[in-house]
Amino acid sequence: MTELTELTLSAARDGLVAKAFSSVELTAAFNDAIEAVNPILNAYVTTTPQKAMEMAEASDARRRCGAVGPLEGLPLGIKDLYCTQGVRTTACSRILGEFTPTYESTVTANLWRDGAVLLGKLNMDEFAMGSSNETSRFGPVINPWKRQESGNVALTPGGSSGGSAAAVAADLCLAATASDTGGSIRQPAAFTGTVGLKPTYGRASRYGMIAFASSMDQAGPIAKTVEDSAILLGSMCGHDPRDSTSLSLEVPDFAAAVKRGVKGLKIGVPKEYRVDGMPDEIEKLWHQGMTWLQDLGATIVDVSLPHTKYALPCYYIVAPAEASSNLARYDGMRFGTRAAGDTLTEVYEQSRAQGFGNEVKRRILIGTYVLSAGYYDAYYLRAQRVRTKIADDFKQAWQVCDALLTPTAPFAAFGIGEKSADPIQMYLNDVFTVTANLAGLPAISLPASLDAHGLPLGLQVIGRALDEETILAVGGALEAQAGFNAKPKKWW
Amino acid sequence: MSVDLQTVRRAARLARIYEPESRLESLARELNAILGWIDLLEEVDVEGVEAMTSAVELTLPLRDDVISDGGQAKAIVANAPQSADGFFVVPKVVE
Repeated sequence: MTELTELTLSAARDGLVAKAFSSVELTAAFNDAIEAVNPILNAYVTTTPQKAMEMAEASDARRRCGAVGPLEGLPLGIKDLYCTQGVRTTACSRILGEFTPTYESTVTANLWRDGAVLLGKLNMDEFAMGSSNETSRFGPVINPWKRQESGNVALTPGGSSGGSAAAVAADLCLAATASDTGGSIRQPAAFTGTVGLKPTYGRASRYGMIAFASSMDQAGPIAKTVEDSAILLGSMCGHDPRDSTSLSLEVPDFAAAVKRGVKGLKIGVPKEYRVDGMPDEIEKLWHQGMTWLQDLGATIVDVSLPHTKYALPCYYIVAPAEASSNLARYDGMRFGTRAAGDTLTEVYEQSRAQGFGNEVKRRILIGTYVLSAGYYDAYYLRAQRVRTKIADDFKQAWQVCDALLTPTAPFAAFGIGEKSADPIQMYLNDVFTVTANLAGLPAISLPASLDAHGLPLGLQVIGRALDEETILAVGGALEAQAGFNAKPKKWW
Repeated sequence: MSVDLQTVRRAARLARIYEPESRLESLARELNAILGWIDLLEEVDVEGVEAMTSAVELTLPLRDDVISDGGQAKAIVANAPQSADGFFVVPKVVE
């Protein structure tokens, strides 16, 4: 029998239903794995082994009574920006100190309602600002994958959901919650050989998620398979009156869509997603993806998204502007850490100077600048208009296709420290993912092959608003065709 | 557009983040690199284009104007750096 921790979410669910093992046994196996491996990978910043065992025992008791939820007894990791009642939540920023929420985020409450078990809180870039997990107050996460020729070089798992992606890849949870403002679910999924899905803006409630850029922040899962991501997504989503942008819609049966097939679907390939310096392997994989879908009866159509090159600059106005406003609440008065100062202003200024890391400060300053008197029209208003044009590009594309196929990231996982000196180089990680955030569209990344260094590469499928089912169908088809079953070598 | 030291100083002040004088020059350099890249947006014709304010078209919901929560002072101050009797304790605001 496979080790319990190596199971997929759906296989673990089947095993629990068949009484092959209990949630207590499954949870204990994860607690042991985390204790042994986490000091090396740094994926979890808080572990809750005792709480996990209590939740597992309660789950086994429910099962004995026949009250079984969709995630009954399944151990999960939670990104450290979801408020979890009684469990420290910091968004991996010093400014939140030992903040321990007195309430639960809607997304995590939905998971516990459905029977899931909390293993701990996962590492991330500070306030989700980063693409390499290097801005975390708790230090970087180590990618379980290594280049085969240089086994001693530590690679990043991407970011900002680096802890979520690394934990799933290293079998330290069955699946994890993550969040995506510019690519923070999909890029780390691509870097770690896992599946990451960002649903349509508004599908999942943002209540209790620590805010970064509210018009783009969206919850989503990182999992081992497309089906697992669909199962977890189904529990995470749903209308919530406490988030005014939450959509009042029924949650479809996402898992049922995975095996729907792609026959007759039109798959668009945007020509603007060919960027200079992209490795041939990624270009080749993209073409391979087109062939795989054609073999199953889909039609490939060329489309144009002419404003693609403006997406990242647009994002780096809108996101910092929203962040500068959202992060104004961290003033050292009501929660988090307070620094000493002679006047109230000095206390604010020192608390924020000591509490925020450099990347967060940089973005707050940009956001403050582009919103300040005299610059608002030139920067912020213009960016919001460009955003309309980016969204219109997609609307045009949907006239001729049902989903778009692209690479997830322009390169594979890179070394820790390799891109941290130049912010713009780091920002380019999100060149293929950020458009879906600006337009609010659902998108999935799935692992499709290994590059010459033995590192995973991802393909992305972007869909129409509210059409997660089609991207799951396309993702499911690509997954079956790719037959990707590589795992990182256990060097830890 | 490029920012000078005075602009960085002003943004830091508005953002209530203390930045020592010695950091201003490198910050200005970083911000200028990013803003220079962002200037690419100037070539987009946005004449007559509405600004996007929401990713999904929806009308903001209204709820009844009634009290739906409350009596949670203890939970609200639970994480305060300093509190007393259910109140936040803050530095003197008015001299």
